Amino acid sequence: MEVALQTLLEMYRRMVRIRQFELAATNLFKRGQLKGTVHTYIGMEASGVGVCMALRTEDLIAGTHRSHGHNIAKGADLARMMAELMGKETGYCKGRGGSMHIAAFETGSLGALAVVASGIPLAVGAALAFQMRREDRVAVPFTGDAGSNTGNWHEGLNMAAAWKLPVVFVLENNQYGVSTRIDDVTRIHDLSLRAAGYGIPGVRVDGFDVLAVYEAATTAVARARAGDGPTLLVTESYRVDGHYAGEPEVYRDRAEVAEYRAKDPIARFRSRLIGELAVDILALDAIEAEVAAAIEAALAFAREGSEPDPATALDYIYA
Amino acid sequence: MTAQARDATSLTSAVPVMSPDLIRQVDPGDGVREMSYQEAIREALREEMIGDPRVFLMGEDIGKHGGAFGVTRTLFDQFGGERVRNTPISENTIVGAATGAALVGMRPVAEIMFVDFSGLAMDQIATQAAKIRFMTGGQCSVPWVLRMPQGGGAGKSTAAQHSQSLEVWFASIPGLKVVLPSTPYDAKGLMKAAIRDDNPVVFLEHKLLYAFKGLVPDGDYELPLSRCDVKRVGDDVTVVASGYMVWHAMLAARILEAEGISVEVVDVRTVSPLDEETIGASARKTGRVVVVAEACRSYGPANEWAMVAIERAHDRLRAPIVRVAGRDSPIPFANSLENGVWPSTEDVVAAIRQVVGSPA
Repeated sequence: MEVALQTLLEMYRRMVRIRQFELAATNLFKRGQLKGTVHTYIGMEASGVGVCMALRTEDLIAGTHRSHGHNIAKGADLARMMAELMGKETGYCKGRGGSMHIAAFETGSLGALAVVASGIPLAVGAALAFQMRREDRVAVPFTGDAGSNTGNWHEGLNMAAAWKLPVVFVLENNQYGVSTRIDDVTRIHDLSLRAAGYGIPGVRVDGFDVLAVYEAATTAVARARAGDGPTLLVTESYRVDGHYAGEPEVYRDRAEVAEYRAKDPIARFRSRLIGELAVDILALDAIEAEVAAAIEAALAFAREGSEPDPATALDYIYA
Repeated sequence: MTAQARDATSLTSAVPVMSPDLIRQVDPGDGVREMSYQEAIREALREEMIGDPRVFLMGEDIGKHGGAFGVTRTLFDQFGGERVRNTPISENTIVGAATGAALVGMRPVAEIMFVDFSGLAMDQIATQAAKIRFMTGGQCSVPWVLRMPQGGGAGKSTAAQHSQSLEVWFASIPGLKVVLPSTPYDAKGLMKAAIRDDNPVVFLEHKLLYAFKGLVPDGDYELPLSRCDVKRVGDDVTVVASGYMVWHAMLAARILEAEGISVEVVDVRTVSPLDEETIGASARKTGRVVVVAEACRSYGPANEWAMVAIERAHDRLRAPIVRVAGRDSPIPFANSLENGVWPSTEDVVAAIRQVVGSPA
């Protein structure tokens, strides 16, 4: 698949933005400067970026408790993201959502729902609306491996398949649901096989390879736009951090983690850009510097923002 | 009003206590028709679907079959399968898909066949739809209606899993509105308001009321989603009730009228948000309160209404509030047992006598 240089650089930029955002958030969290919890997307950047680069702004993603990366991949602003993590009025959700519910509707989102796979039905319904209104739009819900064991997931795939809705179900197999290995709770290892039960294509792709994800997502999105119905896209990935920042990870070997950490999708893409695709190393360095500056600016913006006024605690419950 | 003279016995035997003469109806005059509660809901759906292309229906067997209670009958033929959409048996995804469609500008009216099945959908109702606007800081809204038949009693023998009264499940979740109409007039006007409202509205329909007929005006009207309705004005005692229980209250009021007891009936036709003002004002006026709900007694809706009366009228109350409610039991199959757990008109009469200090 031929990918324009500008697109390649934008993929790289978004992956680096996710990584640096997550590192900054983890750093804040470990120093006690963030409340609540932080579920990082480190090591999974190629999955979200590969998918979202195949989408248009008007296509909608549905996120999860681990959706910093999905939002940034879709184009969200780092400053408003960081402000939301800090619970500020200037955050995307005005401090009402926090890390687990960050959603940037302006960049094409249906929200981030922190009950595993609960976003699946929402994407199905949005896609139903697109189909009924003859709109050329696609809905893309993200879930992890564990989400594919829920009723939401199976009901959603069935309904979307039955009605040939424009959905791309992205299953990011990071191999763990909190501490539980997917292989310990599911008989099949290749989760894309589940698509057969719904009569839709199931595609399995290397989730550390952004171009492989992008190509598979582009095919699935084209299929959805053509009215041919949904696709299950499994990105084989790994969660190199704990379930949440600071989680003790007593359930897995450090050697296993080290093995996957070495697969770093950003380092891999960088060397491919330089080696195979003859991208100027200076262009990549410039992107990294630009993102570092953006993170500093985001931190400053978030710190300057005010906390929501307690008098507004009941705002937004009803429209 | 000619319909006021109609005798209760002319109504269907499934709804023996129902009679239009028990209730203040719409003003008589041109363009008033008698129709059933079920027909009134259907007419609201039909008119809103004609008037707004964003409105569509989805649920199990709602197409040609017309739904388990026939409410959507004929709508499939008029609007087709795209807008009157039969779904798989997937309650959680029926609701979740309604939410997704609503988030992108549609106005879905989803149906769950019995409120008892809403447990399957509670994640999408209570945890997603009710909260997504709030937790995204107002970036979105969820303008759906979720229709669910509920209630038991009157010897219908649908047993424990098709007879519950679950309005409190939904009323305890901020972000939802909860409606439980008691008359055809209310059902139509509240359905129209629910569809036009920008929030998720849980629309509970009492199964025993579907056949109940009442007067409904021609033309468009909607009723507010946040107000109780005083169904009968009285001076001596306030009975707060909703759904089918309004009819026990109305019949009790008529029985006691002959004894010189003047009963005011406050219909909590929108369970949430609760119109505390109307309950409080009536309690302050009469100084005596009976609360009546079909749902289980413990932690039931009647308790909330009693608390409102206490908070707003404690200095005017002349007698302890009396509660009439369903027993803390699953609904049994056998008629004799079902009657044993369901509130009756006699229970309401006895409660009113108790608060007014009148001998039985």
